[in-house]
Amino acid sequence: MNWAETLRAGAEAVRAHRMRSLLTMLGIVIGIASVILTVGFGQGAQDKVRDQIDALGSNLLIVSPGSSTDSGGMRGGFGSATTLTLDDATAIADRTAAPDVSRVAPTTSTSTAVTAGETNWTTSVVGTTTDWLDVRARTLTSGRFFTDDELASGAKVVVLGPDTASELFSFGSPVGQTVSIGGQQLTVIGVLDSSGSSDSGSTEDDQAVVPISTAKALSGSTSGAVSTIYVEAASSGTLSAAYQEVQSLLATRHGVTTAEADFSISTQESLVETANSTNKTLTVLLTGIAAISLLVGGVGVMNIMLVSVTERIREIGLRKALGATPSVIGRQFLVEASMLGLAGGVVGILVGVVGSWVLPPLIDQPVTLSLLATVAALLTALALGVGFGVYPASRAARLTPIDALRSE
Amino acid sequence: MSEPIIQLDGIRKTYRSGTLEFEALCGIDTAISEGEYVAVVGPSGSGKSTLMNILGCLDNPTAGSYLLAGEDVSTMTEAQLAEVRNRRIGFVFQQFNLLASLPAWRNVELPLVYAGVPRHVRRERAVAALTRVGLADRTENRPGELSGGQQQRVAVARALVTEPAMILADEPTGNLDSRSTADVLDLLDELHDAGRTIVLITHEKDVAERAGRNLVISDGQITSDNPTARAGVSA
Repeated sequence: MNWAETLRAGAEAVRAHRMRSLLTMLGIVIGIASVILTVGFGQGAQDKVRDQIDALGSNLLIVSPGSSTDSGGMRGGFGSATTLTLDDATAIADRTAAPDVSRVAPTTSTSTAVTAGETNWTTSVVGTTTDWLDVRARTLTSGRFFTDDELASGAKVVVLGPDTASELFSFGSPVGQTVSIGGQQLTVIGVLDSSGSSDSGSTEDDQAVVPISTAKALSGSTSGAVSTIYVEAASSGTLSAAYQEVQSLLATRHGVTTAEADFSISTQESLVETANSTNKTLTVLLTGIAAISLLVGGVGVMNIMLVSVTERIREIGLRKALGATPSVIGRQFLVEASMLGLAGGVVGILVGVVGSWVLPPLIDQPVTLSLLATVAALLTALALGVGFGVYPASRAARLTPIDALRSE
Repeated sequence: MSEPIIQLDGIRKTYRSGTLEFEALCGIDTAISEGEYVAVVGPSGSGKSTLMNILGCLDNPTAGSYLLAGEDVSTMTEAQLAEVRNRRIGFVFQQFNLLASLPAWRNVELPLVYAGVPRHVRRERAVAALTRVGLADRTENRPGELSGGQQQRVAVARALVTEPAMILADEPTGNLDSRSTADVLDLLDELHDAGRTIVLITHEKDVAERAGRNLVISDGQITSDNPTARAGVSA
């Protein structure tokens, strides 16, 4: 009996017990669909984070005051320390000290109320330099960014984020209008385009950007402290070289070794990793649960195949009397179990794909189907069928024809 | 008399269950020639079912040798026996043992599937065998749509389809009414007249009378081996 015959006989047996085959497959279907969907949710969440971080700008190094370690343990007051200065930014921008750095944008940030006419809106007022727009990979929908002259003179100009602009100016173009920040009148010269982050209401779209000199005047600060220095590497290939240069330059300037640095440098990659580690834990946990349900489905297949062997004991005896060898009988039952597994896998994938269309709008979470997970799920379903079919198949193969024929 | 197709020498079968030993067959010596029609007769518990299992290569004897068409089958493995059953023996059972989900011709082709015969040849040969037993117009019917006699004729067609050395019929009329019984026995007569070797197991005297030779088994031994009245007729 060749494989084609065995496959045909298996398909006939599966079809002969339609209802039972469907119920048996259900376990596998649920298992496969949940594995695909949980992996899809995890992938979707990771993609979302990556989108947000990509929106920060490309080839970006983010230098923050205070030090932090990868494990999340913090030394110094991370984010609140004032160890970074405008002079540090100027030093990094020096081509001879850091040849792989193309642009530098030091920023200060304070949360302040901004007023336009009667409207009040609290937003983060960001003071920075002219390179900020390019370093952060942002564009303007209207107006212009401030110039080097305006930066040098501390001009009373402001560029609004799109969300800020729409909060303050419901009607008409904000460009040319006046807003009040900390009692000072500033002219709106431009509006930023949305950062492209998929997360709506992101702080990237709600800010007021002013020349750093103006920001200092607004807050009355005399120190040269900055809250973040954004550094753009010349290309993605030189990102790690730029990292080294900035690190050693700052360490030298601050008189510390890199191990005890009072600043920290993160890359997009490290930000993505940190953000994903939580996601990953959750995904692994959920996938584990889904895998267990898949295993239970496999046990269901074994159970039904054992019932099937017992129920068809006379058929097995007859087939043996007519010349079926033990291995032919074993193969037939193995093929049947594999078919149940494979069919369950295919239906499970269909359910998973449909779920990935239907669920995201309902639960407000993106689902990204992964081809790898889908193929792996299908192979797992097949392997479950084969794995859990072995025992029933060997039981069938070992039946002696007389006992099998005689049973009632 | 032509070549013996079955040669049994000192066949013994002992069943063990725990410390109990039960000798179902204690030394069977006999030979059956090609073209013979033999009925094995005996009361239940006489050992005739055990003999039938051994003759049908469904079981190995504990001792003794069994030559089937010149091959020693008494020491073969399960897989080898399966092949011998497939090539040499056509079974007809009391319970018909047809697969209810398959139409008549698919039931008849089953032994050919295991013999590795190509699909289109199988259908041809199955239909030919069904025609032979007078069921040419019932090839697509499932067993449930056939009468008991017709079902048993399908089973006979299945036994014929591989052109086996011997047809082994185990109480083939045990589940049939008298009309169907006559029907099936007439069919076996025809096959015998056409030169087939038939071994029939039965406990009914009038059924046994249809054969050319009666082997009477009692307590695991052959107690008589006589030609019947019919022996002369068909020889």
